Amino acid sequence: MSRQLSTVNVNEQRNKGISFKLDLQSYTLMIALVLIAVIFSIFTGGEYLSSRNLSNLFTQMSVIAVLAVGMTLVIVAGHIDLSVGSLVGLTGGIAAILQVWHGWSTFSVVFAAIIIGAILGLWQGWWVAYRAVPAFIVTLGGMLVFRGILIGLSKGQTIAPMSESFKQIGNSYLPYVPGYILALVSIVILVFWTIRNRSKRMNMGLMIPAATVDYGKVAVYSIFILLITYMLNRYYGIPVPFLIVALLSIIFIFISNKTAFGRYIYAIGGNQEAAALSGINIKRNILWVFIIMGGLSGVAGVLLTSRLNAATVNAGNMYELDAIAACVIGGTSLMGGKGKIFGALIGALIMASIDNGMSIMNIETFWQYIVKGLILIIAVWIDISSKK
Amino acid sequence: METFALQMKGITKDFPGVRALDNVTFSVRKGEIHALCGENGAGKSTLMKILSGVYPHGTYEGQILINGKKVQFKSIKESQDAGIAIIYQELALVGEMTVAENLFLGHDLMRSKIINWNKIYAEAQKWLDQIGLDIDPETKVKDLTVGKQQLIEIVKALTKKVDILILDEPTAALTESDVEILMNLLHDLRSKGVTCIYISHKLGEVMSLADSVTILRDGKTISTDSIENLTEDMIITKMVGRELTELFPYEPHPIRNEKILEVKNYSVFDENGKQVIQDVSFSLKKGEILGFSGLIGAGRSELFISLFGGFKGKKTGTVLIDGKPTNIQKPADAIKEGLAYVSEDRKRYGLVLGMDITKNTTLTALNKVMKLKVIDEALEIKSTEDITKKMNLKAPSLEAAVGQLSGGNQQKIVLSKWLLNDPKILILDEPTRGIDVGAKYEIYKIMNDLVKQGVGIIMISSELPEVMGMSDRILVMSEGRITGEFLREEATQENIMRCATGGKKSVQTTINS
Repeated sequence: MSRQLSTVNVNEQRNKGISFKLDLQSYTLMIALVLIAVIFSIFTGGEYLSSRNLSNLFTQMSVIAVLAVGMTLVIVAGHIDLSVGSLVGLTGGIAAILQVWHGWSTFSVVFAAIIIGAILGLWQGWWVAYRAVPAFIVTLGGMLVFRGILIGLSKGQTIAPMSESFKQIGNSYLPYVPGYILALVSIVILVFWTIRNRSKRMNMGLMIPAATVDYGKVAVYSIFILLITYMLNRYYGIPVPFLIVALLSIIFIFISNKTAFGRYIYAIGGNQEAAALSGINIKRNILWVFIIMGGLSGVAGVLLTSRLNAATVNAGNMYELDAIAACVIGGTSLMGGKGKIFGALIGALIMASIDNGMSIMNIETFWQYIVKGLILIIAVWIDISSKK
Repeated sequence: METFALQMKGITKDFPGVRALDNVTFSVRKGEIHALCGENGAGKSTLMKILSGVYPHGTYEGQILINGKKVQFKSIKESQDAGIAIIYQELALVGEMTVAENLFLGHDLMRSKIINWNKIYAEAQKWLDQIGLDIDPETKVKDLTVGKQQLIEIVKALTKKVDILILDEPTAALTESDVEILMNLLHDLRSKGVTCIYISHKLGEVMSLADSVTILRDGKTISTDSIENLTEDMIITKMVGRELTELFPYEPHPIRNEKILEVKNYSVFDENGKQVIQDVSFSLKKGEILGFSGLIGAGRSELFISLFGGFKGKKTGTVLIDGKPTNIQKPADAIKEGLAYVSEDRKRYGLVLGMDITKNTTLTALNKVMKLKVIDEALEIKSTEDITKKMNLKAPSLEAAVGQLSGGNQQKIVLSKWLLNDPKILILDEPTRGIDVGAKYEIYKIMNDLVKQGVGIIMISSELPEVMGMSDRILVMSEGRITGEFLREEATQENIMRCATGGKKSVQTTINS
């Protein structure tokens, strides 16, 4: 009987088409990135792809990338956070005040910055989740409030210099040998994980992609990791801020894909009413999303203050827009329910590349704003039109 | 020669990997009501989308003739200009606007530089009177019932020049009285020479309304017949391509004398403090199918959403599960107690349409596919595959977004999602609304299997044949109260309807709890 057709059979027939289509979408982002790299390399006579500049680029993108990781969760959950720029300024400023004016140790001020970020995130999350005030309003308010607190606390002054150890966070490098060891370890983990995953699916009688596809992917990733490590090692080594971004990304990609919390965020953003009737605690999960966003803003604040070796009242200004743009360029839907952290990272890299590349070319700053704005619009247009 | 208002010849439409329509021929005579029947996924919607220009000329093969003239619609606008109007299941009205504003949205009356509101309201009143709708044109559309909204949508189509009116499942959400208005309206339109294409799963309506019936199956035209040559059973047989031994595969099964759920003196108040459920008491036994009948708005959904912890207002009363008192405040509590609630509006309350089948299926039972708080992807896929296979789900892949699937398959996913939790009490709210005969039959079969395993099922249904065909016992609600109780053998359409319309408890009523 034709209606007894099982899902598995249909699976085999159609899977190819679907996975190809999905891949194509993530490739557009990669293609865009490669295109940008090629263009800038040509216009800068190869300077853009030099070891020194790559190192700078990865360091420069780190603050926005950390924010973009959290912002992806916020937007996927169907909300927005406009306060992160001010929160970066405030947490970074508090770190500087505690260290420069009160002599706190580096460890304590980093801890304090992250905790204060998380508490302020909790405050905003409470308004959004438990008081049902739209996140746009709550965080627009937060944007003003946090900036105001920063100006008040710092008395409008620039606070510097930071201690040597604090400066290291944003300005040091992983030496040559540990860098390669780290690269090799991550490759081994990647290979091991792929093998384990394949055997597990095989044991359950599930379909597995052709070995060439899976291991081909592993090979490409491995080469990429080694190449980046090699390039960065030709300069001073892997920048610590880049390592922090990589570590946070791995943690949050894991959380978003492999934990109930991550899954619930996508469900809430996709259809809040259905999620609620499925027994998901909407309020508590939303609260946690904002706490995480706040904590990550604290991390970003520490990175920024460390890199600048100072805290200013304008630090982090407009960073929320860069973070949102990174997410959107990376394919996150502002409607909620859809988005990937990895995409947001590429988005952050694209945004940083434009700043960086145009700076090398000595193009005036105003052009950077114009180009970034246009790229944002075009990225969303491509995303929308590819769905039709 | 007969005059055809519409002829669609040799229509073939391919989607990636699927041939949705295969050389379909569809001819509608001028001024008739022509029913288009077929299971979900048979290609009815696709055919209508081609006709209305949603799929522009060039994306399909074949030709369309309107009044004998060849047409090539490149957009919805062009088909509208040619006098074709479609009323979709999902309404396209602006809730915050008044009836009159909605009626004339985009109409010439609204296009003048300065809008003459008096004229618009007068004109709207004229249309409403003509149809026999007792609605003030100044009411906001969102304040009307779904049924009335549907009728407004039809009136809206009529205010434009319309030769061919297409109705897609118009009565799915209508009350009996609204259905009657709609039927009269359609008869009226027929006498005025408007051609009507009527898509419906309710074969009773088709039999009483249509002049001809075209049946599609798997993207092919099976037959076009005049109604005199057809019976309901013949239509069903043609739609599913096989004989359905019976519409309702009820199987007698043992009902254990254990009360799995007992509700005593239960009242529910909405957010504004208005009482919507008044002092309701009933019980459900292990392995029993308890039908809840009543008219739309009787409070059945509110009662069970509230029992499930998903209703916003206050509630009073006692709820015992397995004889033990419970305190269900939120859906998570209900799930822990072994309750499952399949909503009447699966798109709104049941599914995350953008998520894939696997993720939707495991959403309420994530802890079953987690190891050490980490989702085990392979186990997740395996569990989904096992349960959806039992449901006989038809889908391109388990990674397909559920929004792409037909209503019947979506409903099977909602069921899978809840069954993965092994519920003790399954609440089905209009479980077969808007899904095709074949999928309906499969859902009934699943219900049979579940009660045999000792699950207690509550089935809320507005379709009398369904309630009577599947329930062991039937409770009838009206205006927030239980107004009647019947054993399977006692129930008749008449005495259920009497209770549902608020009539006194009939003589036959037995109190049996």
